[in-house]
Amino acid sequence: MGKIKIAVKTPRIDMTPMVDLFFLLLVFFILTATFRPEEAAPISTPKSTSSTPIPDNHLVTIEISKDDKVFFNMDNGSDSTEHLRAKVLQAIGSNYQIRPPFTPKEIKKFEGLASFGLPALKLREFLNAPDVKTREAMQVGIPIDSIDNQLAMWIRYARTYNNDMQFTVKGDGAANYPVVKKVIAVLQDNNVNKFNLTTDLKAVELPEEFSIK
Amino acid sequence: MAEIVQEEGHKGKGKRKAKKHGTHIDMTPMVDLACLLLTFFMLTTAFNKPKVMEIILPEKPKENEKPPELDKDRALNILLVGNDKILWYVGLADPNKTLPVLTEADYSKDGIRKVLLQRNKDLFTQVATMKKAVTEGKLKIPRDSVDARIKRFYKKDKLGPIVLIKAADGVKYRNVVDIIDEMAITNIARYTLVDINPVEKKMVQSRLPGSSVTAIK
Repeated sequence: MGKIKIAVKTPRIDMTPMVDLFFLLLVFFILTATFRPEEAAPISTPKSTSSTPIPDNHLVTIEISKDDKVFFNMDNGSDSTEHLRAKVLQAIGSNYQIRPPFTPKEIKKFEGLASFGLPALKLREFLNAPDVKTREAMQVGIPIDSIDNQLAMWIRYARTYNNDMQFTVKGDGAANYPVVKKVIAVLQDNNVNKFNLTTDLKAVELPEEFSIK
Repeated sequence: MAEIVQEEGHKGKGKRKAKKHGTHIDMTPMVDLACLLLTFFMLTTAFNKPKVMEIILPEKPKENEKPPELDKDRALNILLVGNDKILWYVGLADPNKTLPVLTEADYSKDGIRKVLLQRNKDLFTQVATMKKAVTEGKLKIPRDSVDARIKRFYKKDKLGPIVLIKAADGVKYRNVVDIIDEMAITNIARYTLVDINPVEKKMVQSRLPGSSVTAIK
């Protein structure tokens, strides 16, 4: 009598649904991913217990780095037809008498950049810089002293082209307060009394006798 | 991974039949890659946006306009000095009278927070009980009207301290954010950022000799 041989068959798993799912998720994550644009300076924001999220658009961010340099950033508007950055750049150009006016190519470049911190007269050189390193070296901070307060000009023009601009001060925790204070004073001089401070979230802790359970 | 094809020996005799196979594409590398990319994007996606802390400062007084008078019994002065230290006193520092005593505190939960909570107990309990009622479902109001209610409590506040935050030189931005955050935690209705005055500078210097306190221009 011969033994009955059972054919050993490896089970075949149909992977199509799994692959489908993977790709679906992949596409979702690719589309939702927002890449951090070229940063002018690394900023580690201080912590607070506030949980209000940052507004999506019409946002002006004034950054203060660890070494007390001031940077300016604003978004291009709620969609690409607003061209807020382009308008502000042109206004700054004519205000500081940059001749000839910015070319469409330079304006386009400026629209694609994020924060910047340099005197207005250096803007053209900055926009035509060949690479990131050269640009980085030019970021010396926006002048905010009373003789040449360029930050005030940027703020003013940002408000000229959109009155709903929200202002955010994003300072490094280790920045010296006098600089931040100056920035806040510039904001107040331009009648911006309501603004945000960008912070990281932390939990609230209360002393024993006050914690309500 | 996808499939392991085991060669089965040809049994029996007869012609070797060419097996009809649907073209099988080995999907393993593709799946691997998809998995890898998926993991990468999942890990790099930052779902939590940065948070912001809103501050509303009082408008700057106009040229020939007097700043509003301050009820000096309610005034709580918080002097921020370097090295993460806080000094505080109540009332106004009048150089012609005995100067108030400075008390030292820090940024921990039993530091300045306790001081503020003790002075702002009424308002804090009001807000905290309201929030508790909302989370427990006893009070059914829309989420966004919670803030409005808190603001109304703030407006009615007649007893809580009016906090004057005065930052000296050598203070880091972090310290100022911390103290403004304390105001939010302890539900202080009225606070503002002001300059440190010469009298206070002297007081700090006598309290903490060796620390150079110069006001910010």
